[in-house]
Amino acid sequence: MRLGDTALYVVSDLGHMGVFLFSALAGLFRRPFRFGEVVKQLRFIGAGSIVVIFFTALSSGMVLGLQGYYSLHKFGAEGMLGSAVSLTLIMELGPILTALMVTGRAGSAMCAEIGIMRISEQIDALECMAVDPFRYLISPKLLAALISVPLLTAIFDVVGIFGGYLAGVKLMGVSSGAYFNGMMQSVTNHDIRLGVIKSFVFALLLVWICTGRGYFVQQIRGAGFGAESVSKVTTQAVVFSSISVLIFDYLLTAVLL
Amino acid sequence: MSDLSPASETAIEFDQVCKSFGLRSRKHMVLNHISFSIPRGKTTVIAGGSGQGKSVILKLILGLLSPDSGRVLVEGVNVPSLGKRELRRLRTRFGVLFQGSALFDSLNVFENIALPLRERTKMSEDEIREKVLATLDQLELTGHDEKYPAQLSGGMKKRVGLARALQLEPEIVLFDEPTTGLDPVMTQEIYHLFDRMQKRLGYTAVIVSHDIPGVFDLADQIILLNKGEVDVFADSSEIIHSKKPYIREFAEMTMGESLPRPEKENCLT
Repeated sequence: MRLGDTALYVVSDLGHMGVFLFSALAGLFRRPFRFGEVVKQLRFIGAGSIVVIFFTALSSGMVLGLQGYYSLHKFGAEGMLGSAVSLTLIMELGPILTALMVTGRAGSAMCAEIGIMRISEQIDALECMAVDPFRYLISPKLLAALISVPLLTAIFDVVGIFGGYLAGVKLMGVSSGAYFNGMMQSVTNHDIRLGVIKSFVFALLLVWICTGRGYFVQQIRGAGFGAESVSKVTTQAVVFSSISVLIFDYLLTAVLL
Repeated sequence: MSDLSPASETAIEFDQVCKSFGLRSRKHMVLNHISFSIPRGKTTVIAGGSGQGKSVILKLILGLLSPDSGRVLVEGVNVPSLGKRELRRLRTRFGVLFQGSALFDSLNVFENIALPLRERTKMSEDEIREKVLATLDQLELTGHDEKYPAQLSGGMKKRVGLARALQLEPEIVLFDEPTTGLDPVMTQEIYHLFDRMQKRLGYTAVIVSHDIPGVFDLADQIILLNKGEVDVFADSSEIIHSKKPYIREFAEMTMGESLPRPEKENCLT
C-alpha cells in the first residue's frame, strides 16, 4: 500500500509540475505584461550573478589552461590548448557551471520567495483577486532567466577563455597566436549553437523546478510546515535543479552533437 | 431557527458536500455530506473547533479546492464545474480577508490596495490613487500609505487587508479568522469596523472564526461545524438552548455559559 501511495504521489507531483510549466509558459503571452518586474528580475538573476560568474569562469578557465597544458605537453600538442579550452567551455562547462551558479544564487532565492508567498497565503490572495499567479509571479522570472542565463553563459565563455589564456600563454609560455588560432580553427557555429541551446534549456529547467517546488511547498510529502517546509523545499529545489541540469546536459549532448 | 431567505435570496449554497484529504490509506473526511445556505446581504458566521473544516468551506466557495462530491453553488452557479476563465470571473465578485492578511511584503500599503484595481480594471493611475486614498480615509489609514506590511501593527494589517478586499466592490466578502493574533480591544474595534462596512456596502459577509462569542454579535446566521456535520442557528441564544449534547458542550466551553440541563436528561437523573 505504501508503495502504491508513493507511486500515486510521484505521478500526481509530476502532473502538477507539468501543468505548472505549461501555465508559466502560457503566462508569458498573457496581458498585462509586467515589464517592470521582468527588468527587476533581469537585474536580480542577470546583473546580480555577474560577479560570481566572472570568478567561477576565470578560475575554471585557468584550471583548464593548466590541466590542458599538462596533458597536451605529453604529446607535444601545446598548440591545441586554445582549441581544447574553448571547446570545453563553449559546449560544456560554460552552460553547466553558469546554470549551477544561477541555481545556487537566484534559483534558491526564487524558491524561497514563492514558498513564503504560498505559506503566507499571498498566492491564494492573488487567485482570489482573479489575478493569474503564473502571469504575475512566475512568467517574469522565467522570461528574465531565458534572457539572462544565455548572456551569462556567453560572459562565462569569454572570461573562461581569457583565464585559459592567462594560465596557458602567460604562465606556461604557449604561443599567443597558437592559442587563439587553435580556438578559431576548431570552434564552429554548431558548437556555439549547442552551447546556446543548452543555456536556454537549463534556464527553463532551473526556473521551472525552483519556482515549482516553492509553489507546491504545502503539497510536498515530508516537507513539514511553515518556515521549516520552505527551507527543506529550497534545498530540494537546488538539488533537483542541479541534477536535472547535469542529466539534460548529457541528453542534449547525445542528441545534438 | 434562522430566518433563511427564499432561494432567490440565497448567495451561497452547499448541497451534500463531502471533502476529504490524504491518499487512500490515510484519508481523513473533513466535511461529510453537509448542506446549508448563506443569505444574500447578511452576515453569516461559521464557527467550530480547530480542524473542523471552517477554512476548507471558504476554499470550496472560492474554487481553490474541489469537493469530493456534492454541489457548491454561488449565485446559483456550481463552482466545481467552472472552467479556469469562468472561475476567475466569478472570483471578481469576492473579496477575501485572510487570517494573516496576506499582504504582499514587497509592496507598500498603497500598492497593496491598488493591486486589484491595477490588475483587474482599466482605471487610470489618477482614478486609482483617488479611490485608494478614499478607502484609506474610510478605514482610518490616512498617512500610512507609504508603509510596508512589516511596519504595520496586526490591527492595521487587517484594515489594509479589508481595504484591498473591498476595492473591486465585491458582492460577497469572506473573512478567514479575521481577529487571530489581535488583543481583545483591537478585536472589538475590528468587529465594529466589519459591521460598519457591511451595513454601508451591503455585501454578503461570511466570517470564519473561533473567536466566540465576540463574533456572534455580528451574525445574522451562525453555522456550527462539528466532526464534518453542520447545525444552523439564527443567533447565540439558539445555540445555548440547543438540546444536542455536543452543541451544549461547545457553548459551555466557548461562551462560558453554565447551561440548564435539558428536561429529558433532568428526568433521567
